[in-house]
Amino acid sequence: MNRSSKIFRYVSRRLIQGIPIILAIVVLNFFLLNLAEGDAVDVLAGEAGSATPEYMEEMRKKFGLDKPLPVQLAVYLKNVIQLDLGYSFRHDMQVTELIIDRFWPTLILMVSTILLAVGFGILLGLFAAINLNTWKDSVVSVFALITYATPLFWVGLMMIILFSIKNDWFPTSGMENSAMFYEGFERVKDIAHHLVLPTITLSLFYLALYTRMMRASMLEQYGQDYVITARAKGVTERRITFVHVLRNALLPVVTMAGVQVGALIGGSVIVESVFAWPGLGMLAFESLFARDLNLLLGIFLLSSALVVAVNLVVDVIYCFLDPRIEVN
Amino acid sequence: MADFWKRFSRNHQAVLGLLILCCVIFLAAIANIIYPGDPFLYSKFPLSPPGENGFLLGSDSIGRDVASGIAHGAKTSLLIGLIATLAAVFIGVIFGAFAGYYGGIVDDILMRVTEVFQTIPSFIFAILLVAIMKPSIESVVIAITVVSWPAVARLVRGEFLALKNREFVQACHTLGMGDVRIMLAEILPNCLSPIIVIGSLMVATAILIESGLAFLGLGDPNVMSWGFIISDGRSMLRVAWWICTFPGIAILITVLAINLVGEGLNDALNPRLRERK
Amino acid sequence: MTDKLLTISNLDIALPEGSERRLAVENLSIDLSPGETLCIVGESGSGKSLTARALMGLLPAPHVRATKGKVLFCGEDLTQASEPRMRQIRGSEISMIFQEPMTALNPVMTIGGQIDEVFRFHADMPPRERRKRAIQLLEDVHLPDPKQIVAAYPHELSGGQRQRAMIAMALALEPKILIADEPTTALDVTTQAQILKLINEMQDVHKSGVLFITHDFGVVADIADRVVVMQYGKVVETGTVDKVLNAPEHSYTQALIASVPSLIPRAPRPRSEHIVLSGKDVQKSFGGGKSLFGFGKPNRHVRAVKDVTLDLRRGETLGVVGESGSGKSTLARCIIRLMDSDSGSILLDDVDITSLGRSEMRPFRKRIQMVFQDPFASLNPRIKVGQIISQGPMIQGEARESAEARARELLEIVGLDERAFNRYPHEFSGGQRQRIGIARALALDPEILVADEPVSALDVSIQAQILELLDEIREKMNLSMMFITHDLRVAAQVCDRLAVMRYGEIVETGATGDIFNNPQHSYTQELLAAVPGQNWDRKLAT
Repeated sequence: MNRSSKIFRYVSRRLIQGIPIILAIVVLNFFLLNLAEGDAVDVLAGEAGSATPEYMEEMRKKFGLDKPLPVQLAVYLKNVIQLDLGYSFRHDMQVTELIIDRFWPTLILMVSTILLAVGFGILLGLFAAINLNTWKDSVVSVFALITYATPLFWVGLMMIILFSIKNDWFPTSGMENSAMFYEGFERVKDIAHHLVLPTITLSLFYLALYTRMMRASMLEQYGQDYVITARAKGVTERRITFVHVLRNALLPVVTMAGVQVGALIGGSVIVESVFAWPGLGMLAFESLFARDLNLLLGIFLLSSALVVAVNLVVDVIYCFLDPRIEVN
Repeated sequence: MADFWKRFSRNHQAVLGLLILCCVIFLAAIANIIYPGDPFLYSKFPLSPPGENGFLLGSDSIGRDVASGIAHGAKTSLLIGLIATLAAVFIGVIFGAFAGYYGGIVDDILMRVTEVFQTIPSFIFAILLVAIMKPSIESVVIAITVVSWPAVARLVRGEFLALKNREFVQACHTLGMGDVRIMLAEILPNCLSPIIVIGSLMVATAILIESGLAFLGLGDPNVMSWGFIISDGRSMLRVAWWICTFPGIAILITVLAINLVGEGLNDALNPRLRERK
Repeated sequence: MTDKLLTISNLDIALPEGSERRLAVENLSIDLSPGETLCIVGESGSGKSLTARALMGLLPAPHVRATKGKVLFCGEDLTQASEPRMRQIRGSEISMIFQEPMTALNPVMTIGGQIDEVFRFHADMPPRERRKRAIQLLEDVHLPDPKQIVAAYPHELSGGQRQRAMIAMALALEPKILIADEPTTALDVTTQAQILKLINEMQDVHKSGVLFITHDFGVVADIADRVVVMQYGKVVETGTVDKVLNAPEHSYTQALIASVPSLIPRAPRPRSEHIVLSGKDVQKSFGGGKSLFGFGKPNRHVRAVKDVTLDLRRGETLGVVGESGSGKSTLARCIIRLMDSDSGSILLDDVDITSLGRSEMRPFRKRIQMVFQDPFASLNPRIKVGQIISQGPMIQGEARESAEARARELLEIVGLDERAFNRYPHEFSGGQRQRIGIARALALDPEILVADEPVSALDVSIQAQILELLDEIREKMNLSMMFITHDLRVAAQVCDRLAVMRYGEIVETGATGDIFNNPQHSYTQELLAAVPGQNWDRKLAT
């Protein structure tokens, strides 16, 4: 069997492996929903101001909430498979619709953050490892150490103080200046302008993480036997670093990048709420205040699915980097 | 022990971290002495800049002392970090030990569960849990524990998996030793070092999660915390920078100190890394 | 002398401060002529590997460095050569092969790519030409299907194939000197024989000088022209292979050579009629079972032990010999019930212990005990030696006082000081740890001892002491022993009978002398023919 069909089989197997995980999360979701005080009818009744117990009973029947739990779970599963995540009474909209609306801003933020954090993290880690035990290495290491310990929301607030309040370089909030009705390239520029601070804020922590990992990984690989073999062949140090060590050192960093996506989505809740970035995180923050549990659970489910998807992508990338992936 | 301390103290960064951490613990311990009374108590001097009206680090929008809040918040952060970590390590060790030692179906089931927990974006999960349980110290601790234990479980599983095939464990089997005794007395002592290291780093992460939750308004409303002060001072960012700045520095320094100590422990306890140096 | 390829004179290599000794290599002088094979022999810690690194300019700088002396290569002092000049020499004039071909090759680069680098850095050749040469080289080292191997990754080859690829790479530019640092230690004996033959053949073709580092006197006897014996960083003896092996002058060399077990089997001993242990049709396979839910890794199905039948009589030592992967260790673990065999039966006297549960098995545990291979992994680093030895009897219900008293007694029997009782394992050397492991097994007064490669991790002089100890206690305690080994020299000196295993099957059993003198199965013949140093043994015997 050739390599590409091996990879294809590997990927499809991983895809199938993702399904039970998603299923487990859906079930978990359902139980969380039931764990919460009050059900949808209580929320509705609260919305309406007052409702008689008889009316509420009738509503429960209508929503199927009087049925035993397993039946409710089955109904819930069926709904989720049909992408029906329930109704948000606050927004007066289907949760699915609402989430899809707010998905794109988050995706933009995530992609730019991952590119920045992984890209610069690898470069900085490489830089530090090459200049091991010099002042350059120390500067990078201290920078990584400090940013690794800084809470995201605080970085965001300090960014706003420094770059928006003291110096009016970047906007404090939002994704675009909708009052200007920009179109085409102008609009892209406007969004990019708004994107700078949230992206930097969200990526700093992960940048630090990848820098530290990359540095450690490079140092570990430098100690391997094959480096001595390469030296014994008369290969230059430059080529040893960039051809032999680099590719091996990237492997754990790539794995880590996949693992961290979940954390990144969590971080985006904070960053979006700091910068009022109109994505899923902001939506989660709003639903938290509105006690709109249906919506919150929907976001939770989607973000979990996103993690599964990204992990799959990372696995594929890994396949191309590491020939040792056994597909049997 | 003396040998361990010698190795630890050779790492200057770790010693510095330990010193800072001791200062923070000291601050938390004497919070009630230097700032007696309720940190939520407001005064008639709102938005005093640092140093004015007797406020070392300024006051917030209704005149609460930021410095007092930081001192009392230190207690909250450290306690939540410590308790949540202990609980997570306890659960993680049990899960990981059983999965790694018994392997097979036990391992399969336990690891699938762990995998699900690792896939879920942990911070959003923590938000959900606190939101459902209503914000309180207990719910915050539970939420942090629930999202933290899988990392420990994976680590412990890996250690048990590697150690259970070591010859000294096989020798115990040939002597007729029971499983529980092998796990507790023979294997566990050999993976204490990585557990201590990951535990110490988890305290730092727990403090970050706690402050994040408090920032989103999910802290215990009756307990002063660093995240709460920042969340409260957010709307005053334009007029009173100090409300958000100082608690943030407090978090930064504490987390940094714990990370340094954790890394120092790692260097001192992990012989493999030591050899590489 | 100007026709020397290499002359090392008065070389000192300094270790970093705080090391066990100040100099890794002290006042070393050796030389090498074209076409000559010089073997550097020594036990671990003798400084033989660092010497090789030093002349490649590959010492782990900055901590370890050459502080004194000259390394003259064709008249040029390499200790003074610049780094670019050294780079020029490495790989083209002097090249090197290593002990562990798996880790010595870059795992994410193809074999062809790694050979290609040698040409790329030392010869001006178009890519197409380089590829052609690479394939040619792989063919020269007798690798099957070189066109495919050029594109293969290291993990896709077997250990022997990887070492062949390493040799191809090292010989790409016909270097004047080939340094081989224990190149066959990680390989099975039959593969070792092939690799040694290959190195010899390549040397004939290219007329290179070979600096061969090894701890194995059998290998030395087969390939060396001249021998250098090192101890604690110093050369204790130099001379032709004939002189050093057959008429050693220095007491250390004499002791080392005396420790090498002879290939001539020892005299047979009378055999008891009483069968203490027998295995019948024992089977064990790994993997094959689907994991939960049907996904996860479907494991490969390996039949590690196939229909093995053997018996052990009172007081005899049965050797189970075979190469790695032959299933000998799995068999031992099935017999001692560390693993459950799939089918077949294991009888201890007349009791079938194959399917006894844990608690039912416990009383039988004390009758059959095990000694393990790795002296470092077989003792729990967190538990004191006294406890390690005494916990067996205590589990079996003995009182603490008597168990500890027995442990102290056993320490003396295995030749350790009683003070070892309160120490931790890491305070002991490999040989001492192996003694502790033996004491642990003896603490239960077993009738049967299963020893799984008990000396293969030890230096040859320590190995001789441990074998002697095992012999002694066997006599004293009337033990029956099952002795697992890959080393036929050890087997010849220890075992009364042998069972030869391959691919999970016993291909031949018989008295040791009969098997050595008249092997029936073709695999046994192959195995015996591959043991290095046979001519030397024959010469010693006459």
